[in-house]
Amino acid sequence: MIPEYMSGTVLEELPEEKKEFSFSRRRFFKVFGKGLVVLIVAKDLFSREALAANPASAAIPENQVGAWIHILEDGTVKVFTGKVEVGQNIRTSLSQAVAEELRVPLSSVIMIMGDTDLVPPDGGTIGSRSTPQMGSQLRRAAATARLALIEMAAKNWNADPKSLQANQGMVIDPGANKKMSYGELTKGQQLLLHLSNDVHLAPANEWKVLGKTALKINGDSFVTGKHKFVSDMKVPDMLYGKVLRAPTYLSKLISADIGKAQAIPGVTVVRDGDFIGLVAANPRIAEKAIQMIQAQWDTIGTQPSRTEIFDYLVKNGNPRRSVANDLEQAFASADMRLKNTFHVNYIAHVPLEPRAALARWEDGKLTVWTGTQRPFGVRQELSRTFNVAEDNVRVIVPDTGSAYGGKHSGEAALEAARLSRAVKKPVKLVWTREEEFVWAYFRPAGVIEVDSGIGKDGNIVAWKFHNYNSGPAAIDTQYAISSQENSYIPSKTPLKQGSYRGLASTANVFARESHIADIARLLKKDQLEFRLKNLNDQRLKAVLEAAAKAFGWNSNMQSSGRGYGIACGYDKGGYVATCAEIAINDNKEVKVIRLTEAFECGAIVNPGQLENQIMGAMIQGLGGALFEAVDFADGKILNHRLSLYRVPRFEDVPKIDIVMLNREDLPSAGAGEAAIIGVAPAIRNAILDASGIGLTTLPLLPDSGFSIKI
Amino acid sequence: MLLTINGIKHEVNADAGASLLSVLRDDLDITGSKYGCGEGACGACTVLVNGSAIRSCITPVSLVAGKEITTIEGLEKNGKLHPVQEAFLKSDAFQCTYCTSGMIMSSVSLLMMNPKPTDADIISAMNGNICRCGTYPRIIKAIKLAAESQNK
Ligand code: FES
Ligand code: FES
Repeated sequence: MIPEYMSGTVLEELPEEKKEFSFSRRRFFKVFGKGLVVLIVAKDLFSREALAANPASAAIPENQVGAWIHILEDGTVKVFTGKVEVGQNIRTSLSQAVAEELRVPLSSVIMIMGDTDLVPPDGGTIGSRSTPQMGSQLRRAAATARLALIEMAAKNWNADPKSLQANQGMVIDPGANKKMSYGELTKGQQLLLHLSNDVHLAPANEWKVLGKTALKINGDSFVTGKHKFVSDMKVPDMLYGKVLRAPTYLSKLISADIGKAQAIPGVTVVRDGDFIGLVAANPRIAEKAIQMIQAQWDTIGTQPSRTEIFDYLVKNGNPRRSVANDLEQAFASADMRLKNTFHVNYIAHVPLEPRAALARWEDGKLTVWTGTQRPFGVRQELSRTFNVAEDNVRVIVPDTGSAYGGKHSGEAALEAARLSRAVKKPVKLVWTREEEFVWAYFRPAGVIEVDSGIGKDGNIVAWKFHNYNSGPAAIDTQYAISSQENSYIPSKTPLKQGSYRGLASTANVFARESHIADIARLLKKDQLEFRLKNLNDQRLKAVLEAAAKAFGWNSNMQSSGRGYGIACGYDKGGYVATCAEIAINDNKEVKVIRLTEAFECGAIVNPGQLENQIMGAMIQGLGGALFEAVDFADGKILNHRLSLYRVPRFEDVPKIDIVMLNREDLPSAGAGEAAIIGVAPAIRNAILDASGIGLTTLPLLPDSGFSIKI
Repeated sequence: MLLTINGIKHEVNADAGASLLSVLRDDLDITGSKYGCGEGACGACTVLVNGSAIRSCITPVSLVAGKEITTIEGLEKNGKLHPVQEAFLKSDAFQCTYCTSGMIMSSVSLLMMNPKPTDADIISAMNGNICRCGTYPRIIKAIKLAAESQNK
């Protein structure tokens, strides 16, 4: 039996035939039931010949289908996609996309997400790609289905399809006063279509479901506590796992005495090379048992600590390319030159639900429930590690307690599967907060050197921007600078690092926008005007102007103990500008009074959710801007608990105003990331305005001598 | 040991020192209360004991034997959601929702003690609850909405 794992989703017992699933029409309908299906496939998949022969019956390799929409005989619409829901609310916004084009009520759309046996492979829910890519593909597929349904009705009624309409899950002939529901139309049918790229999509100004606020689709299952996160799940015969952790990243296991743990009734210790874990009938017993294992560890090698990290990153940077001649000349011709070095600390994602996995082996087939942004990536990891075919591994991702780029990997899944294989029972493993802090991965630390030359007329004529280690995203500047070089220099990292909401763009925008503020100050120019004068990008200018207006920015803003800052940037389809007002006292205590942010990411899909995402990103951004930093020494994380690692709380939230620009003429982009990038530089520039001190390290406080006032 | 949870009596066999959170989740399969830190620092595990919000992750189960324990599962009465649950739904006061049950339980307890909280009251009462998704302003709105509907 499969436990009920996902509210709002009909649970499917998987039929036997699924095992050799490919998209031949016959097999598909045998597995999923009759109806009408529209497949989203990579464009070049259908050779002209294959299409000409018979588009509907061509067998399509499974790995080339991106998603599909299935209209069942009862009119239910099921959408199958490998995307996952981790709080960004795509379960809701993707449903809206389908409902819009298929002309069905939102409530009749059911999203089947992130189950590798039920949905087609997907590269992962990462990089803000769900809305621009999956969203627009699903719209096309839904429109294709709508047209097919209209055609079917037209045939039935012997009518001209052009005279028919689709509305509320029905095809209607207004002239003849006839109606037929999608369910009636698809009854007994086995129609497999591929998405047509030529369909007409409703323009944003005609949207009826999209473009409107829709509340979280399965919200009631959360406010009642009914939704089962992975950490909540239970299956029959399930045991609880626990893994022995090394005391530091530099520890190597020499020996372990497992006798005492093994002697506890019901405890089984599992050794597999250097891996030691155990299972018990209750997590409290597992916890007690793991503490009774006496392990000897050796220390191997050394690792830089936080105090040396920035030197280390620069020293270990791969040799940079030589600077172009004309850039040197441009610098030589400049009237003034300004150099800054910025530092960005490692920070932790701290998803409120730590990693968890439940693994079960049955007849050589492995099923793992786990919260990850890359179910198919984790399936591959499992398949390689345990040497089983990918077809024999099923990864299921119930709606998960957040990720922010921090759950691309499958550590807990591998550990639970290893334990389960050894004890031949299902095993659930829930990481502690401390394990999540120490054994997951971090947003990279970085060093960014910025060097600029300014001409007599106040234009920037030369620009050199080097980012060590934190990444290349948003490294190119939107400022009009005739000679420039922006390069990302990979380095060695002592800590495991990976993706994060707005990853490198946060670092790059922080450095660039801080440096721009320093130049403007040097030239005694207003922060806003200087930017508008030097920017070419109209969309960026538009958000800057909108933010400034809502904030009440003016060049004479001055009041004692207050500072005002502004910053702007672009990342992954989102344009953002942020204004900050801070208060500062003689003890260098800083308080953020208010933030105003303008954001534009094309046509707005769901204004309520967009506002929610922007607000969330800004508040999360406050942490990295003000106080979040991973502290580490000698291969050990020192602040590995929530009582030691500060994240933003209610009292940290300033007054926040959000302006959303709706560009109905532009395609929609994702909104989960770019909204974070303006917060840190806007606050930094406000501190500069108030104190004359330009801080250069993230977080800005408290190591800089400034501290936070609540 | 006898525990009264959401009005139902449960006989449990656990060490006196076991945390209430673990007993609820692992022994009784009442999983609406979440684990977020295990040290009283995030509020995800908040439940009511005789009407007051406590962090169940640091509360030994033996301390609450014989008392009225209410979890998120016990708020709904006769198929009707509690006004605070309604208000969270209406305000969409969540993203991933992992913090939601703890937030709701803390809010219920706040409104019992203070039916008309100001923003400052809400911030000080709720500061121990973390929403890593950053939905705090929506949660404040939801609490005010619930207060309004309760005071009607
Ligand atoms: S889990 Fe109890 S306060 Fe965090
Ligand atoms: S909604 Fe994700 S932690 Fe609050």
